[in-house]
Amino acid sequence: MNMQKATPPIAQVKVALFLLALLPLGRLLWAAYTDNFGPNPVEFVQRWTGTWTINLLLLTLCISPLRAVTQWHWLLRLRRMLGLFTFFYATLHFLSFIGFDHSFAVDEIAKDIFKRPFVTVGFAAFLLLIPLAATSNQWAIRKLGGRKWQELHRNVYLIGILACVHYFWLVKATALLWPLAYSVALAFLLGWRVRERQRKAIPVPQFQGAKPLKFFRQKPD
Amino acid sequence: MLIQHRPEILPSEITPPDVYSERRNFLRDMALGVGAAGLGLIGNSHAAQAGPTRFEAVTPGPFSATDEKLTPYTSITEYGNFYEFGPDKDSPARNAHRLRTRPWTVSIEGEVKAPKTFVIEDILKWAPLEERVYRMRCVEGWSAVIPWVGFPLNELIKRCDVTGNARFVEFWSLADPEQMPYVRVPFLDWPYVEALRLDEAMHPLALLGLGMYGEHMPKQNGAPLRVVVPWKYGFKGAKSIVKVRFVEKQPPTVWTKASPDEYGFYSNVNPDVPHKRWSQSHERRLGEFFKRKTLPFNGYGEQVAGLYAGMDLRKNF
Repeated sequence: MNMQKATPPIAQVKVALFLLALLPLGRLLWAAYTDNFGPNPVEFVQRWTGTWTINLLLLTLCISPLRAVTQWHWLLRLRRMLGLFTFFYATLHFLSFIGFDHSFAVDEIAKDIFKRPFVTVGFAAFLLLIPLAATSNQWAIRKLGGRKWQELHRNVYLIGILACVHYFWLVKATALLWPLAYSVALAFLLGWRVRERQRKAIPVPQFQGAKPLKFFRQKPD
Repeated sequence: MLIQHRPEILPSEITPPDVYSERRNFLRDMALGVGAAGLGLIGNSHAAQAGPTRFEAVTPGPFSATDEKLTPYTSITEYGNFYEFGPDKDSPARNAHRLRTRPWTVSIEGEVKAPKTFVIEDILKWAPLEERVYRMRCVEGWSAVIPWVGFPLNELIKRCDVTGNARFVEFWSLADPEQMPYVRVPFLDWPYVEALRLDEAMHPLALLGLGMYGEHMPKQNGAPLRVVVPWKYGFKGAKSIVKVRFVEKQPPTVWTKASPDEYGFYSNVNPDVPHKRWSQSHERRLGEFFKRKTLPFNGYGEQVAGLYAGMDLRKNF
Protein backbone atom coordinates (compact mmCIF):
# COMPACT_ATOMS: atom_id res chain seq x y z
CA MET A 1 0.00 0.00 0.00
CA ASN A 2 2.82 2.37 0.89
CA MET A 3 4.46 1.55 -2.36
CA GLN A 4 1.30 2.44 -4.21
CA LYS A 5 1.18 5.79 -2.48
CA ALA A 6 4.78 6.61 -3.41
CA THR A 7 4.14 5.89 -7.06
CA PRO A 8 3.44 9.05 -9.04
CA PRO A 9 0.78 9.01 -11.75
CA ILE A 10 2.97 7.14 -14.21
CA ALA A 11 0.98 8.04 -17.31
CA GLN A 12 1.47 11.74 -16.69
CA VAL A 13 5.14 11.28 -15.91
CA LYS A 14 5.54 9.42 -19.16
CA VAL A 15 3.85 12.16 -21.17
CA ALA A 16 6.04 14.78 -19.50
CA LEU A 17 9.18 12.78 -20.19
CA PHE A 18 8.12 12.20 -23.77
CA LEU A 19 7.70 15.93 -24.34
CA LEU A 20 10.98 16.71 -22.60
CA ALA A 21 12.81 14.20 -24.75
CA LEU A 22 11.38 15.89 -27.84
CA LEU A 23 12.89 19.25 -26.89
CA PRO A 24 16.26 18.59 -28.58
CA LEU A 25 14.35 17.80 -31.77
CA GLY A 26 12.37 20.98 -31.24
CA ARG A 27 15.60 22.95 -31.15
CA LEU A 28 16.50 21.58 -34.58
CA LEU A 29 13.07 22.33 -36.00
CA TRP A 30 13.27 25.84 -34.62
CA ALA A 31 16.66 26.32 -36.28
CA ALA A 32 15.17 25.10 -39.55
CA TYR A 33 12.13 27.35 -39.19
CA THR A 34 14.22 30.45 -38.48
CA ASP A 35 16.87 29.36 -40.98
CA ASN A 36 19.53 29.82 -38.36
CA PHE A 37 21.75 26.81 -37.95
CA GLY A 38 24.82 28.96 -37.34
CA PRO A 39 27.92 29.21 -39.50
CA ASN A 40 28.39 25.46 -39.92
CA PRO A 41 24.88 23.99 -40.08
CA VAL A 42 25.87 20.37 -40.56
CA GLU A 43 28.38 20.41 -37.76
CA PHE A 44 25.68 21.88 -35.55
CA VAL A 45 23.13 19.20 -36.47
CA GLN A 46 25.63 16.38 -36.12
CA ARG A 47 26.94 17.56 -32.79
CA TRP A 48 23.50 18.25 -31.46
CA THR A 49 22.08 14.84 -32.38
CA GLY A 50 25.27 13.09 -31.23
CA THR A 51 25.30 14.86 -27.91
CA TRP A 52 21.66 14.07 -27.26
CA THR A 53 22.16 10.46 -28.20
CA ILE A 54 24.83 10.04 -25.56
CA ASN A 55 22.91 12.17 -23.04
CA LEU A 56 19.90 9.91 -23.36
CA LEU A 57 22.03 6.79 -23.34
CA LEU A 58 23.58 7.77 -20.03
CA LEU A 59 20.19 8.81 -18.69
CA THR A 60 18.87 5.36 -19.59
CA LEU A 61 21.76 3.79 -17.73
CA CYS A 62 20.98 5.97 -14.71
CA ILE A 63 17.63 4.32 -14.16
CA SER A 64 18.86 1.15 -12.46
CA PRO A 65 21.23 2.79 -9.98
CA LEU A 66 18.72 5.53 -9.27
CA ARG A 67 16.04 2.97 -8.62
CA ALA A 68 18.31 1.00 -6.31
CA VAL A 69 19.24 4.09 -4.33
CA THR A 70 15.76 5.61 -4.07
CA GLN A 71 13.72 2.41 -4.12
CA TRP A 72 11.45 4.14 -6.64
CA HIS A 73 10.63 1.08 -8.63
CA TRP A 74 8.36 2.96 -11.00
CA LEU A 75 11.48 4.48 -12.57
CA LEU A 76 11.93 1.23 -14.40
CA ARG A 77 8.81 1.98 -16.37
CA LEU A 78 10.49 5.03 -17.94
CA ARG A 79 13.56 3.18 -19.12
CA ARG A 80 12.17 1.86 -22.36
CA MET A 81 11.13 5.31 -23.51
CA LEU A 82 14.55 6.73 -22.75
CA GLY A 83 16.17 3.86 -24.58
CA LEU A 84 13.99 4.38 -27.61
CA PHE A 85 14.70 8.10 -27.64
CA THR A 86 18.40 7.25 -27.53
CA PHE A 87 17.82 5.23 -30.67
CA PHE A 88 15.74 8.02 -32.19
CA TYR A 89 18.53 10.60 -31.82
CA ALA A 90 21.15 8.06 -32.87
CA THR A 91 19.11 7.54 -36.04
CA LEU A 92 18.96 11.28 -36.71
CA HIS A 93 22.71 11.43 -36.06
CA PHE A 94 23.30 8.59 -38.49
CA LEU A 95 20.98 10.13 -41.11
CA SER A 96 22.77 13.47 -40.87
CA PHE A 97 26.02 11.62 -41.45
CA ILE A 98 24.94 9.58 -44.47
CA GLY A 99 22.83 12.42 -45.87
CA PHE A 100 24.87 15.55 -45.39
CA ASP A 101 28.33 14.01 -45.54
CA HIS A 102 27.72 11.54 -48.33
CA SER A 103 24.41 12.43 -50.00
CA PHE A 104 23.28 8.84 -49.26
CA ALA A 105 25.89 7.38 -51.66
CA VAL A 106 26.32 3.86 -50.32
CA ASP A 107 29.83 3.27 -51.63
CA GLU A 108 31.05 6.54 -50.12
CA ILE A 109 29.43 5.71 -46.81
CA ALA A 110 30.98 2.26 -46.77
CA LYS A 111 34.40 3.67 -47.62
CA ASP A 112 34.13 6.22 -44.84
CA ILE A 113 33.04 3.62 -42.30
CA PHE A 114 36.11 1.54 -43.05
CA LYS A 115 38.50 4.43 -43.37
CA ARG A 116 37.88 6.56 -40.34
CA PRO A 117 38.13 4.67 -37.06
CA PHE A 118 35.76 6.98 -35.21
CA VAL A 119 33.14 6.43 -37.89
CA THR A 120 33.70 2.67 -37.66
CA VAL A 121 33.14 2.75 -33.93
CA GLY A 122 30.12 5.02 -34.17
CA PHE A 123 28.59 2.86 -36.85
CA ALA A 124 29.17 -0.28 -34.78
CA ALA A 125 27.43 1.34 -31.83
CA PHE A 126 24.50 2.28 -34.05
CA LEU A 127 24.22 -1.25 -35.46
CA LEU A 128 24.21 -2.69 -31.97
CA LEU A 129 21.43 -0.32 -30.98
CA ILE A 130 19.10 -1.59 -33.69
CA PRO A 131 18.27 -4.99 -32.15
CA LEU A 132 17.79 -3.35 -28.77
CA ALA A 133 15.31 -0.87 -30.20
CA ALA A 134 13.60 -3.65 -32.17
CA THR A 135 13.09 -5.73 -29.04
CA SER A 136 11.93 -2.89 -26.83
CA ASN A 137 8.38 -4.19 -26.57
CA GLN A 138 6.43 -6.72 -24.53
CA TRP A 139 6.00 -9.08 -27.43
CA ALA A 140 9.76 -9.39 -27.93
CA ILE A 141 10.36 -9.96 -24.23
CA ARG A 142 7.81 -12.78 -24.22
CA LYS A 143 9.16 -14.23 -27.44
CA LEU A 144 12.79 -14.17 -26.33
CA GLY A 145 12.21 -14.99 -22.71
CA GLY A 146 13.37 -12.74 -19.90
CA ARG A 147 16.87 -14.13 -19.58
CA LYS A 148 17.73 -14.01 -23.27
CA TRP A 149 16.20 -10.59 -23.61
CA GLN A 150 18.25 -9.30 -20.71
CA GLU A 151 21.44 -10.78 -22.10
CA LEU A 152 20.77 -9.07 -25.41
CA HIS A 153 20.11 -5.77 -23.74
CA ARG A 154 23.36 -5.93 -21.79
CA ASN A 155 24.87 -4.84 -25.11
CA VAL A 156 23.98 -1.36 -24.03
CA TYR A 157 27.14 -1.35 -21.89
CA LEU A 158 29.26 -2.07 -24.93
CA ILE A 159 27.32 0.55 -26.89
CA GLY A 160 28.07 3.07 -24.17
CA ILE A 161 31.78 2.31 -24.34
CA LEU A 162 31.77 2.50 -28.14
CA ALA A 163 29.94 5.82 -27.97
CA CYS A 164 32.61 7.26 -25.69
CA VAL A 165 35.43 5.94 -27.88
CA HIS A 166 33.65 7.45 -30.89
CA TYR A 167 33.48 10.78 -29.11
CA PHE A 168 37.11 10.69 -27.98
CA TRP A 169 38.29 9.76 -31.42
CA LEU A 170 36.50 12.48 -33.30
CA VAL A 171 37.49 15.49 -31.24
CA LYS A 172 40.91 17.00 -31.52
CA ALA A 173 43.41 17.03 -28.71
CA THR A 174 42.26 20.51 -27.71
CA ALA A 175 38.74 19.41 -26.86
CA LEU A 176 39.10 16.24 -24.83
CA LEU A 177 37.25 17.59 -21.82
CA TRP A 178 33.72 16.64 -22.88
CA PRO A 179 34.42 13.11 -24.03
CA LEU A 180 36.38 12.67 -20.82
CA ALA A 181 33.45 13.88 -18.74
CA TYR A 182 31.06 11.51 -20.51
CA SER A 183 33.49 8.63 -20.10
CA VAL A 184 33.83 9.28 -16.40
CA ALA A 185 30.05 9.29 -16.08
CA LEU A 186 29.80 6.05 -18.03
CA ALA A 187 32.58 4.45 -15.98
CA PHE A 188 30.69 5.40 -12.85
CA LEU A 189 27.45 3.87 -14.13
CA LEU A 190 29.14 0.67 -15.27
CA GLY A 191 31.27 0.50 -12.12
CA TRP A 192 28.13 0.63 -10.03
CA ARG A 193 26.80 -2.40 -11.88
CA VAL A 194 30.01 -4.35 -11.37
CA ARG A 195 29.91 -3.63 -7.67
CA GLU A 196 26.27 -4.56 -7.49
CA ARG A 197 27.04 -7.93 -9.06
CA GLN A 198 29.85 -8.57 -6.63
CA ARG A 199 27.63 -7.61 -3.72
CA LYS A 200 24.90 -9.96 -4.83
CA ALA A 201 27.46 -12.73 -5.34
CA ILE A 202 28.44 -12.80 -1.66
CA PRO A 203 26.68 -16.13 -0.73
CA VAL A 204 29.19 -18.13 -2.72
CA PRO A 205 32.28 -17.66 -0.52
CA GLN A 206 30.08 -18.16 2.53
CA PHE A 207 29.04 -21.51 1.23
CA GLN A 208 32.63 -22.53 0.54
CA GLY A 209 33.82 -21.59 3.98
CA ALA A 210 30.99 -23.33 5.78
CA LYS A 211 32.20 -26.88 5.87
CA PRO A 212 34.88 -28.88 4.16
CA LEU A 213 33.35 -31.21 1.72
CA LYS A 214 32.98 -34.76 2.88
CA PHE A 215 34.50 -36.09 -0.25
CA PHE A 216 37.95 -34.80 0.71
CA ARG A 217 37.78 -35.98 4.31
CA GLN A 218 38.35 -39.55 3.67
CA LYS A 219 41.29 -40.75 1.74
CA PRO A 220 40.14 -43.18 -0.85
CA ASP A 221 41.71 -46.55 -0.25
CA MET B 1 34.75 54.14 -50.14
CA LEU B 2 35.04 50.56 -51.16
CA ILE B 3 31.56 50.26 -52.57
CA GLN B 4 31.98 53.19 -54.94
CA HIS B 5 35.28 51.94 -56.27
CA ARG B 6 34.16 48.55 -57.36
CA PRO B 7 30.71 48.30 -58.75
CA GLU B 8 31.33 44.80 -60.10
CA ILE B 9 31.12 43.09 -56.70
CA LEU B 10 29.26 44.66 -53.88
CA PRO B 11 29.57 42.49 -50.82
CA SER B 12 26.40 44.06 -49.54
CA GLU B 13 24.56 43.00 -52.68
CA ILE B 14 25.88 39.51 -52.89
CA THR B 15 25.37 38.72 -49.23
CA PRO B 16 21.80 38.83 -47.98
CA PRO B 17 21.35 42.38 -46.69
CA ASP B 18 20.06 41.28 -43.31
CA VAL B 19 23.11 39.17 -42.76
CA TYR B 20 25.64 41.56 -44.13
CA SER B 21 24.44 45.04 -43.43
CA GLU B 22 22.12 45.02 -40.50
CA ARG B 23 23.50 42.19 -38.43
CA ARG B 24 27.00 43.32 -39.13
CA ASN B 25 26.35 46.85 -38.01
CA PHE B 26 24.39 45.59 -35.08
CA LEU B 27 27.14 43.25 -33.99
CA ARG B 28 29.80 45.85 -34.47
CA ASP B 29 27.83 48.31 -32.47
CA MET B 30 27.47 45.72 -29.78
CA ALA B 31 31.21 45.23 -29.87
CA LEU B 32 31.68 48.96 -29.57
CA GLY B 33 29.46 49.01 -26.57
CA VAL B 34 26.77 50.97 -28.37
CA GLY B 35 24.01 48.78 -27.13
CA ALA B 36 21.01 50.89 -28.04
CA ALA B 37 19.26 49.28 -30.94
CA GLY B 38 18.48 52.53 -32.72
CA LEU B 39 22.13 53.43 -33.04
CA GLY B 40 22.72 50.28 -35.01
CA LEU B 41 21.18 51.94 -38.03
CA ILE B 42 23.60 54.84 -38.09
CA GLY B 43 26.11 52.67 -39.84
CA ASN B 44 29.68 53.44 -40.65
CA SER B 45 30.25 56.61 -38.71
CA HIS B 46 32.08 55.03 -35.81
CA ALA B 47 35.75 55.67 -35.34
CA ALA B 48 36.27 54.11 -31.96
CA GLN B 49 39.29 51.93 -31.39
CA ALA B 50 37.33 49.15 -29.77
CA GLY B 51 35.98 47.50 -32.90
CA PRO B 52 36.81 47.17 -36.55
CA THR B 53 36.50 50.36 -38.54
CA ARG B 54 36.30 50.89 -42.25
CA PHE B 55 39.29 51.68 -44.38
CA GLU B 56 39.28 54.97 -46.27
CA ALA B 57 40.31 53.72 -49.66
CA VAL B 58 40.31 50.16 -50.89
CA THR B 59 40.61 49.24 -54.54
CA PRO B 60 39.81 45.90 -56.15
CA GLY B 61 42.88 43.72 -56.35
CA PRO B 62 43.84 40.89 -58.69
CA PHE B 63 43.09 37.17 -58.26
CA SER B 64 39.63 37.78 -56.79
CA ALA B 65 37.17 34.92 -56.99
CA THR B 66 34.47 37.14 -58.41
CA ASP B 67 32.11 34.29 -59.25
CA GLU B 68 31.95 33.03 -55.67
CA LYS B 69 29.31 33.91 -53.12
CA LEU B 70 30.85 35.67 -50.15
CA THR B 71 30.62 33.97 -46.79
CA PRO B 72 28.64 36.23 -44.46
CA TYR B 73 30.67 38.49 -42.22
CA THR B 74 29.04 37.00 -39.14
CA SER B 75 30.07 33.47 -40.11
CA ILE B 76 33.67 34.46 -40.63
CA THR B 77 33.86 36.39 -37.38
CA GLU B 78 31.91 33.95 -35.22
CA TYR B 79 33.34 30.66 -36.42
CA GLY B 80 37.00 29.84 -36.66
CA ASN B 81 40.16 28.58 -35.07
CA PHE B 82 42.39 30.89 -33.09
CA TYR B 83 43.61 28.63 -30.34
CA GLU B 84 45.27 31.40 -28.38
CA PHE B 85 41.72 32.43 -27.50
CA GLY B 86 40.33 28.98 -26.83
CA PRO B 87 39.69 25.57 -28.31
CA ASP B 88 36.18 25.99 -29.70
CA LYS B 89 35.02 27.51 -32.95
CA ASP B 90 33.30 30.34 -31.11
CA SER B 91 36.10 30.90 -28.58
CA PRO B 92 37.84 33.55 -30.70
CA ALA B 93 34.65 35.60 -31.06
CA ARG B 94 34.07 35.40 -27.32
CA ASN B 95 37.61 36.04 -26.09
CA ALA B 96 39.47 38.05 -28.72
CA HIS B 97 38.25 41.34 -27.27
CA ARG B 98 41.17 41.00 -24.86
CA LEU B 99 43.62 41.60 -27.68
CA ARG B 100 45.19 45.07 -27.75
CA THR B 101 46.09 45.94 -31.32
CA ARG B 102 47.66 49.35 -30.58
CA PRO B 103 50.50 49.94 -30.07
CA TRP B 104 51.65 47.12 -32.36
CA THR B 105 55.09 46.41 -33.72
CA VAL B 106 56.54 43.71 -35.91
CA SER B 107 60.19 42.84 -35.40
CA ILE B 108 62.29 41.56 -38.28
CA GLU B 109 64.98 39.06 -37.34
CA GLY B 110 67.22 36.28 -38.59
CA GLU B 111 68.86 36.35 -42.00
CA VAL B 112 68.52 40.10 -42.55
CA LYS B 113 71.19 42.70 -42.97
CA ALA B 114 70.01 44.47 -39.83
CA PRO B 115 67.20 43.55 -37.46
CA LYS B 116 64.51 46.20 -37.31
CA THR B 117 61.05 46.92 -36.06
CA PHE B 118 58.04 48.17 -37.99
CA VAL B 119 55.03 49.85 -36.46
CA ILE B 120 51.55 49.05 -37.69
CA GLU B 121 50.74 52.65 -38.56
CA ASP B 122 53.58 52.66 -41.09
CA ILE B 123 52.82 49.20 -42.42
CA LEU B 124 49.29 50.28 -43.28
CA LYS B 125 50.75 52.98 -45.56
CA TRP B 126 53.26 50.84 -47.44
CA ALA B 127 51.07 50.09 -50.40
CA PRO B 128 47.58 50.78 -51.72
CA LEU B 129 45.02 48.64 -49.95
CA GLU B 130 43.37 46.08 -52.18
CA GLU B 131 40.28 43.98 -51.74
CA ARG B 132 40.92 40.39 -52.69
CA VAL B 133 38.16 37.83 -52.55
CA TYR B 134 39.91 34.58 -51.72
CA ARG B 135 38.70 31.11 -51.02
CA MET B 136 39.83 29.85 -47.61
CA ARG B 137 40.03 26.11 -47.05
CA CYS B 138 40.45 24.84 -43.50
CA VAL B 139 42.29 21.56 -43.04
CA GLU B 140 39.24 20.40 -41.06
CA GLY B 141 37.10 20.30 -44.19
CA TRP B 142 35.16 23.56 -44.10
CA SER B 143 35.76 26.54 -46.31
CA ALA B 144 34.78 30.15 -46.84
CA VAL B 145 35.03 32.96 -49.36
CA ILE B 146 36.46 36.05 -47.75
CA PRO B 147 36.91 39.57 -49.11
CA TRP B 148 40.26 40.34 -47.52
CA VAL B 149 41.83 43.77 -47.43
CA GLY B 150 45.59 44.00 -47.68
CA PHE B 151 48.46 44.05 -50.10
CA PRO B 152 50.99 41.52 -51.35
CA LEU B 153 53.06 39.92 -48.64
CA ASN B 154 56.13 40.63 -50.75
CA GLU B 155 55.73 44.31 -49.85
CA LEU B 156 56.78 43.27 -46.35
CA ILE B 157 59.54 40.91 -47.43
CA LYS B 158 61.01 43.57 -49.74
CA ARG B 159 61.42 45.97 -46.83
CA CYS B 160 63.32 43.48 -44.67
CA ASP B 161 66.69 43.51 -46.51
CA VAL B 162 67.19 39.78 -46.33
CA THR B 163 70.62 38.22 -46.77
CA GLY B 164 71.47 35.71 -49.47
CA ASN B 165 71.05 32.91 -46.96
CA ALA B 166 67.37 33.50 -46.35
CA ARG B 167 65.33 30.71 -47.90
CA PHE B 168 62.40 30.41 -45.50
CA VAL B 169 60.41 32.92 -43.53
CA GLU B 170 58.71 32.37 -40.20
CA PHE B 171 55.70 34.32 -38.97
CA TRP B 172 55.36 34.50 -35.21
CA SER B 173 52.02 35.22 -33.62
CA LEU B 174 51.68 37.11 -30.37
CA ALA B 175 51.63 34.80 -27.34
CA ASP B 176 50.81 37.04 -24.41
CA PRO B 177 48.95 35.14 -21.68
CA GLU B 178 47.41 38.35 -20.43
CA GLN B 179 45.64 38.92 -23.73
CA MET B 180 45.49 35.34 -24.94
CA PRO B 181 44.48 33.21 -21.99
CA TYR B 182 44.86 29.87 -23.73
CA VAL B 183 48.58 30.16 -24.40
CA ARG B 184 48.85 29.04 -20.79
CA VAL B 185 47.45 25.70 -21.93
CA PRO B 186 50.21 23.74 -23.65
CA PHE B 187 48.22 21.99 -26.37
CA LEU B 188 50.46 23.69 -28.88
CA ASP B 189 54.08 24.69 -28.51
CA TRP B 190 53.42 28.42 -28.19
CA PRO B 191 54.01 30.84 -29.72
CA TYR B 192 52.20 29.94 -32.91
CA VAL B 193 54.87 29.98 -35.60
CA GLU B 194 54.07 29.22 -39.20
CA ALA B 195 56.49 29.45 -42.10
CA LEU B 196 56.68 29.64 -45.87
CA ARG B 197 59.41 29.10 -48.39
CA LEU B 198 60.69 32.51 -49.40
CA ASP B 199 59.46 32.17 -52.99
CA GLU B 200 56.02 31.24 -51.71
CA ALA B 201 55.97 34.33 -49.53
CA MET B 202 57.08 36.46 -52.47
CA HIS B 203 54.33 35.12 -54.74
CA PRO B 204 51.87 37.89 -55.64
CA LEU B 205 48.96 35.73 -54.48
CA ALA B 206 50.24 35.67 -50.89
CA LEU B 207 48.61 38.50 -49.02
CA LEU B 208 49.46 40.52 -45.97
CA GLY B 209 45.96 40.66 -44.53
CA LEU B 210 45.04 43.89 -42.78
CA GLY B 211 41.29 43.64 -42.86
CA MET B 212 38.22 42.10 -44.41
CA TYR B 213 34.86 43.28 -45.71
CA GLY B 214 36.35 46.75 -46.11
CA GLU B 215 37.16 47.01 -42.41
CA HIS B 216 40.24 46.68 -40.27
CA MET B 217 40.89 43.07 -39.32
CA PRO B 218 38.53 41.85 -36.59
CA LYS B 219 40.50 40.73 -33.56
CA GLN B 220 39.24 37.16 -33.78
CA ASN B 221 40.50 36.95 -37.35
CA GLY B 222 44.06 37.97 -36.54
CA ALA B 223 44.21 41.73 -36.04
CA PRO B 224 46.03 43.85 -36.79
CA LEU B 225 47.91 41.92 -39.46
CA ARG B 226 48.10 38.35 -40.63
CA VAL B 227 49.22 36.19 -43.50
CA VAL B 228 46.75 34.90 -46.09
CA VAL B 229 47.97 32.10 -48.35
CA PRO B 230 44.83 30.97 -50.16
CA TRP B 231 46.32 27.89 -51.83
CA LYS B 232 47.29 26.40 -48.48
CA TYR B 233 45.19 25.17 -45.58
CA GLY B 234 44.06 28.00 -43.36
CA PHE B 235 46.36 27.19 -40.46
CA LYS B 236 49.35 28.27 -42.56
CA GLY B 237 48.13 31.86 -42.30
CA ALA B 238 49.58 33.09 -39.02
CA LYS B 239 47.50 35.69 -37.23
CA SER B 240 48.36 38.73 -35.10
CA ILE B 241 51.98 38.69 -36.22
CA VAL B 242 54.65 40.26 -34.00
CA LYS B 243 57.78 38.77 -35.46
CA VAL B 244 59.06 37.81 -38.90
CA ARG B 245 62.22 35.75 -38.96
CA PHE B 246 64.20 34.67 -42.00
CA VAL B 247 66.05 31.37 -41.87
CA GLU B 248 68.19 29.25 -44.10
CA LYS B 249 66.75 25.79 -43.41
CA GLN B 250 63.15 24.65 -43.46
CA PRO B 251 62.03 25.38 -39.91
CA PRO B 252 59.70 23.31 -37.77
CA THR B 253 56.30 24.97 -37.45
CA VAL B 254 53.79 24.85 -34.66
CA TRP B 255 51.75 22.19 -36.44
CA THR B 256 54.56 20.04 -37.77
CA LYS B 257 55.85 19.94 -34.21
CA ALA B 258 52.42 19.05 -32.86
CA SER B 259 51.74 16.22 -35.31
CA PRO B 260 54.24 15.69 -38.11
CA ASP B 261 52.28 12.93 -39.83
CA GLU B 262 49.08 14.97 -39.91
CA TYR B 263 50.41 18.36 -40.90
CA GLY B 264 53.16 18.88 -43.42
CA PHE B 265 55.35 21.92 -43.88
CA TYR B 266 53.79 22.78 -47.23
CA SER B 267 50.16 21.96 -46.46
CA ASN B 268 49.01 22.95 -49.90
CA VAL B 269 45.33 22.25 -50.39
CA ASN B 270 45.34 18.85 -52.05
CA PRO B 271 42.24 16.71 -52.50
CA ASP B 272 44.42 13.68 -53.26
CA VAL B 273 46.34 13.65 -50.00
CA PRO B 274 44.00 12.73 -47.18
CA HIS B 275 44.55 13.91 -43.66
CA LYS B 276 45.37 11.06 -41.34
CA ARG B 277 41.85 11.06 -39.93
CA TRP B 278 39.73 12.22 -42.84
CA SER B 279 39.58 12.61 -46.59
CA GLN B 280 40.39 16.01 -48.07
CA SER B 281 38.56 15.34 -51.33
CA HIS B 282 35.54 17.45 -50.40
CA GLU B 283 34.78 20.49 -48.35
CA ARG B 284 31.76 22.26 -46.95
CA ARG B 285 31.26 25.97 -47.38
CA LEU B 286 30.18 27.67 -44.21
CA GLY B 287 26.42 28.01 -44.23
CA GLU B 288 25.89 25.17 -46.70
CA PHE B 289 24.58 21.68 -45.98
CA PHE B 290 26.17 19.71 -48.75
CA LYS B 291 29.78 19.25 -49.66
CA ARG B 292 31.60 20.30 -52.79
CA LYS B 293 34.76 19.00 -54.39
CA THR B 294 38.02 20.44 -53.12
CA LEU B 295 40.24 21.81 -55.89
CA PRO B 296 44.01 21.26 -56.08
CA PHE B 297 45.77 24.28 -54.60
CA ASN B 298 42.29 25.42 -53.60
CA GLY B 299 41.69 26.43 -57.19
CA TYR B 300 44.86 28.53 -57.48
CA GLY B 301 46.90 25.92 -59.34
CA GLU B 302 47.21 28.13 -62.40
CA GLN B 303 49.01 30.72 -60.29
CA VAL B 304 51.09 28.62 -57.90
CA ALA B 305 51.59 25.09 -59.25
CA GLY B 306 54.87 26.26 -60.80
CA LEU B 307 56.31 26.83 -57.34
CA TYR B 308 56.31 23.09 -56.80
CA ALA B 309 57.49 21.88 -60.20
CA GLY B 310 59.30 18.58 -59.87
CA MET B 311 58.26 18.05 -56.27
CA ASP B 312 56.38 14.99 -55.09
CA LEU B 313 53.42 16.64 -53.42
CA ARG B 314 52.38 13.43 -51.73
CA LYS B 315 55.68 13.36 -49.91
CA ASN B 316 55.87 17.10 -49.44
CA PHE B 317 52.30 17.37 -48.22
